Amino acid sequence: MTIPREELEKMVRSWLDMVEEITRNEGLPVIPAEKTGDPLWVDVRELRLKYLIPISRVKRFFDGLKEGKVYATKCPVKNVFFFPPQADCPYCMDENLEWVEIDGEGVLLTYTVVNVKPASYLHYPDYVVAIARMNEGFNVLCWMNVDDVSKLKIGTKVRLVVKRREPEGFLTYYLEPV
Amino acid sequence: MKKVAIVGVGHSRFGNITNMNLNELAWTAVKQAFEDAGITQKDVQMVALSNVGGWSSEPLPAISVNEYSGLTGVGTYRIEAACASGSAALATAASFVSSGSADVALVVGVEKMNESPTPTAVELIGRSGNYFWEFSMFGLTFPGYYALYATAYMDKYGASEESLAAVAVKNHYYASFNENAAFRKRITVEDVLKSRPVAWPLKLLDSSPITDGAAAVVLASEETARKLTDTPVWLAGIGYGSDTSNLSKRPDFLGLRATRKAAAEAYKRAGVDPAKAARNFDVVDVHDCFTIAEILAYEDLGFAKPGQGHLLAKEGETYKGGLVPVNLDGGLKAKGHPIGATGVSMAAEITKQLRQQNPKERQADIVKGMGLSHNVGGTGHYAYVTVFSLNKPGW
Ligand SMILES: [Zn+2]
Repeated sequence: MTIPREELEKMVRSWLDMVEEITRNEGLPVIPAEKTGDPLWVDVRELRLKYLIPISRVKRFFDGLKEGKVYATKCPVKNVFFFPPQADCPYCMDENLEWVEIDGEGVLLTYTVVNVKPASYLHYPDYVVAIARMNEGFNVLCWMNVDDVSKLKIGTKVRLVVKRREPEGFLTYYLEPV
Repeated sequence: MKKVAIVGVGHSRFGNITNMNLNELAWTAVKQAFEDAGITQKDVQMVALSNVGGWSSEPLPAISVNEYSGLTGVGTYRIEAACASGSAALATAASFVSSGSADVALVVGVEKMNESPTPTAVELIGRSGNYFWEFSMFGLTFPGYYALYATAYMDKYGASEESLAAVAVKNHYYASFNENAAFRKRITVEDVLKSRPVAWPLKLLDSSPITDGAAAVVLASEETARKLTDTPVWLAGIGYGSDTSNLSKRPDFLGLRATRKAAAEAYKRAGVDPAKAARNFDVVDVHDCFTIAEILAYEDLGFAKPGQGHLLAKEGETYKGGLVPVNLDGGLKAKGHPIGATGVSMAAEITKQLRQQNPKERQADIVKGMGLSHNVGGTGHYAYVTVFSLNKPGW
């Protein structure tokens, strides 16, 4: 089930209007619990959370997405890849990690279809989340574009592509069968 | 190090509890634990409170529960290790007692998940992994994370959806005898297979519910425990482990490394032979937030060889009378999983099992006097394994 964002906002709005009417009429924001009828106080405070997350030390990764490329970082001393990329190597206590463009080919390790979605994902159709082992030896977790998920098999060859996520329009990476 | 025993336990009803707020719910468990231990507030020197929160309104539940319970002034803190918070609270409170810093410590686990609508609760549990790279970008949910393990495990070892369902059937069966359980209705393999998918291949009846609930245990040093009870239940060994925040950074999806490490440590501390782990215990509670999780636990705890955990479920070897009875309280699956209360509930359950205080249908035969709890946080992000014993530990 997909609920468009405008539709969701309308649903929330109409519920809040109902609570407001009850509060006006009864003098208290109290509604009955759906199953038991027990009185519930509807909090009069509301909190909207949207985080501001620093990305300056891994900015190259996001610049790469704009060029259609996916980057990992690599420690030149220990030969270890970091994906998702990080700026510091905890093994040699150094920050001189190299940026390496991912070759983009790999095999499917596992996957699921998210049917019951979180509140902030209700506006998407059910989505496939997959993990693939890339040729370099590390794993990537992201959504997978697939025509018929019932035919998907572990071990399938996959490739990483950069696309926009709609309806928000931000660049991100997806797996696709080769 | 001083030896530490559980001398009192309390447990609220689990479920969607609409007639009690967080403090009231916690108090039902604390009150029972005090009465069971025969102590009062003035005997308590430290309170470890386990609560994850976010979905519920009180941001400092350790303080609000203390005030409500007449414990104002006693040192306290809230502890978070996701779904393993309860065992983390037990472990830290035990350290206060074993070090001699406190003679009596109270462990409280409480969660009020239904103060928020279900999609919000789904959102907040889904965020409990790597927020930025795996939730914010790709919307993994709690069942979604475990589904990634289920898909890989079923493919590798040929485990069937029916074998997974067998876990749910067993745990619902035992929950039918547990008056505190959220789900007391028995179910069939068919019911599980027909239930709607939440994160393929996991279905609604493979999953533990969003739950409210509270549990409490009283810990005491040996001298005090001897004065309070004839049947102290000793903490014989606790083991801890963790794994990567990003699921993508794990080498495989066939078992939980955090559990293996925690089990190895707990067995060593308790003097348990890991080669025949199952034979040491009369009763075990494992972390079955999803059916696949119980199967992985059989293997990671050493009850079954890698790839054979699903056979244990299929063959009914974890019912009473089998190789080792698992989740005779109904488990997270059917008793319910109020995140921060779960680990404390496990400790209360194993204590009552070892004291033989449960209804006979779900009371294990106590022969060896040893029990175990296995509590995982997130998707193997944290793990705690605790060995309980009627015999004073030899260390
Ligand atoms: Zn390095």
